[in-house]
Amino acid sequence: MATQSRRLPLPTLAGRLPAYLMPAFAFLLVGLLLIWLAVNLFKTPSEFYGLFLIGLTNGAIYGLVALGYSLVYGILELINFAHGDVFMLGGMLVATMVSSFGLAGDSGAFLWAMILLMLVIVMAFCAVINTTIELVAYRRLRHAPRLAPLITAIGMSFILQNVGLVWKGARPTSVDSILPRGEVFSISGVAYTWDKLIVLLFTVPVLVVLILLVQRTRQGKAMRATAQDRDASAMMGINVNRTISFTFFIAGALAGAAGLLYALYITNIRYDEGFRLGLIAFTAAVVGGIGNLPGAVLGGLVIAMIESFNNGLGWATPGSDWTQSIIFGLLIIILVFRPEGLLGEQTPEGG
Amino acid sequence: MNIPLLPPERRGEFDSEVRRRGIRGGIAVVAGIVLVTIFSGFTLSLIVAAALLLAIYAVPWDMWRYGRFVVPAVVIVLAILYPYFRDNLFELPLFGVFPSTDTAVTMTIFIMMAIGLNIVVGYAGLLDLGYVAFYAMGAYTAAWFATPHFSQYGTHHFGAVGVNPESPGFHLSIWIVVLLAGIFTALIGVIIGLPTLRLRGDYLAIVTLGFGEIMPQIARNGDDLFNTGFNLTNGAQGINPIDPPGFGKTISDLTGLPSDYLTFNSSFLGKELGNVEVFYWTALVLLLFTVFCSVRLRDSRLGRAWVAIREDETAAAAMGVPLMRTKTWAYAAGAFFGGLAGAYYASFKGAVFPDDFFFNISVFILCMVILGGMGNVWGVIVGGGFLAYLNQEGLGNIGAEINDTLGTNIDVPLYQYGIFGTILVLVMLFKPEGLIPSARRKMEFEEGVADQPLYDVQR
Repeated sequence: MATQSRRLPLPTLAGRLPAYLMPAFAFLLVGLLLIWLAVNLFKTPSEFYGLFLIGLTNGAIYGLVALGYSLVYGILELINFAHGDVFMLGGMLVATMVSSFGLAGDSGAFLWAMILLMLVIVMAFCAVINTTIELVAYRRLRHAPRLAPLITAIGMSFILQNVGLVWKGARPTSVDSILPRGEVFSISGVAYTWDKLIVLLFTVPVLVVLILLVQRTRQGKAMRATAQDRDASAMMGINVNRTISFTFFIAGALAGAAGLLYALYITNIRYDEGFRLGLIAFTAAVVGGIGNLPGAVLGGLVIAMIESFNNGLGWATPGSDWTQSIIFGLLIIILVFRPEGLLGEQTPEGG
Repeated sequence: MNIPLLPPERRGEFDSEVRRRGIRGGIAVVAGIVLVTIFSGFTLSLIVAAALLLAIYAVPWDMWRYGRFVVPAVVIVLAILYPYFRDNLFELPLFGVFPSTDTAVTMTIFIMMAIGLNIVVGYAGLLDLGYVAFYAMGAYTAAWFATPHFSQYGTHHFGAVGVNPESPGFHLSIWIVVLLAGIFTALIGVIIGLPTLRLRGDYLAIVTLGFGEIMPQIARNGDDLFNTGFNLTNGAQGINPIDPPGFGKTISDLTGLPSDYLTFNSSFLGKELGNVEVFYWTALVLLLFTVFCSVRLRDSRLGRAWVAIREDETAAAAMGVPLMRTKTWAYAAGAFFGGLAGAYYASFKGAVFPDDFFFNISVFILCMVILGGMGNVWGVIVGGGFLAYLNQEGLGNIGAEINDTLGTNIDVPLYQYGIFGTILVLVMLFKPEGLIPSARRKMEFEEGVADQPLYDVQR
């Protein structure tokens, strides 16, 4: 493999500085972060808990989207820019289904059955879109220079965004609120509501199933083998094209599940939401170590916590105006100083 | 045919070539005339344009020693005269009228940016998804040094035209501002590049994308930077009015160049000239400068080092090309032209707004480079001109034309970014080297792509 034979050590910024400087810097950063959190916790504990719960819920959704990036990057070393937009289309489909099924005001077993049905439909929908994109746009470019599929991915992302724009218009589409929003329990006056819990209740089984799939099944073994060396795995009798298609299928299904949860929990979706959230989720995947599945979820949680705390906390907080800058600043810092992420392994890009 | 500059022994070859190309070109040109006449009507300009195209195509200019300058010279002359003959031009089917001079200014400026990005993406092979950051830097430099924005630091005038001499803030001559913007943006390019250029491939792309997303946010929230009350960018309202370009009274009296573009009004060769025409010609001069620098850079030692890095980074490093320095220079050079174009565009529009610097613009400029042909200046000029035209006027015209003919009501400009996305995908899938490729880039894109991989053979 041309792309995989170039694993030469490159000079990194870290390599030129004294060895103790990097950990010292990292500890300083984390320490400041912890002090900031502790002071805020002490000053306004109830706000802190509330934001923590929001961060946990958003983190689950980011994690689901980040998993898709991570899976695809792991197997093709391609940043699938269109992934966020597949997620957005899934959310839009959910918005359509909720209003056309007339689910507003329903409750009980019927509602749950319908939500499960919608979950299946939207996962299949997004999985088919994602697999089609791979088939149409990326497969021909397997051996092209790496710029080519990346640029194609950006193009696909723009096309899907335009589909969303034409489908639902430029204004946010609101989704009827159908999740129960009652209280599960409360910490110091802050209620943990059912809709937040439901997001977690959907995310955790999906994660467990996915990790079992990749680590325990034959198909998962084929995926890991293909990620390591396509030619060698072909020689071992693995159908490489089908494995890659399967990966895109799984990634799309995850995006669909995330789309459903997002649409039902946030209750509105806009055509450019997918791209924005996709970038955040990609950052999450990088923070956790791209190609590493638990890392993607961890990254999603970290990013969502940072976002949530930065949007809501009062003491020495830049505020929501700067959230995006902080997230991308973090992305740049991680890529420059620790390209393998928090849990990941070495990649040829980072050196 | 008797061209005295051609050696006698090559005349036969020349004649047969003219005959061969003349027949082919003639058929194409006649077909074009018929097509345009059927759909949009006939004018005299059609014949002139056809004759010109035929003359350029049918004569094998490259057999003559200075022949390679003929086509650029014709294009430059046509571009300069464009405001004169634009009103008398024929209409194209589907596209309608040719772009107005106002659109032509924007096209020229976007071509400059595309050429700047081409240095980074096309020559050095570094995918930059945050080029809009450089454009924003250039525009904001103009907004700082040619407006009343920094009024709290006193009144400083140096060569500014068209402003009240009492107006507070910095007012430098726009020519100095444009140059300053270029240098300043190049410095930013170096600062961004130094830590990030060590990354390879798509990681670099994502880091530049990050910078491209951070930059507009700073512009939007910069009216009260870090709660210190320092107003850097005036937030969402943007900064205006930016001083117009001009040469001032002294130079104007000496040379006849316009003293202030906004109030300029004159007539020359029977045409009323307003400010749009001078803006256009100035943009053209800046573009020629950009093209010249870009071509000379490509052929320089540095340019060859860029190409070497693009083709194989490891091999280039082994041959003694200093990777970091060479890449940083590519960034700086690309950023310089982005800043130049940004500052001039800001002065043309008279204002900057943070909403002008979204990620979409980066992709738009990237799309120009890719459509035209990465690494080839001429291709980038064609791609940039065409897409900037589509964005400004073309899509509206096409939409009106389609709706008129079919009686539908399609809002074509709504599909703008879908169309650009489709262009990106189609070009990458079917002609990754672009419409007018550089021979070298073409080989890179084709090498190994058609190889039958092992795992496609099985079963």
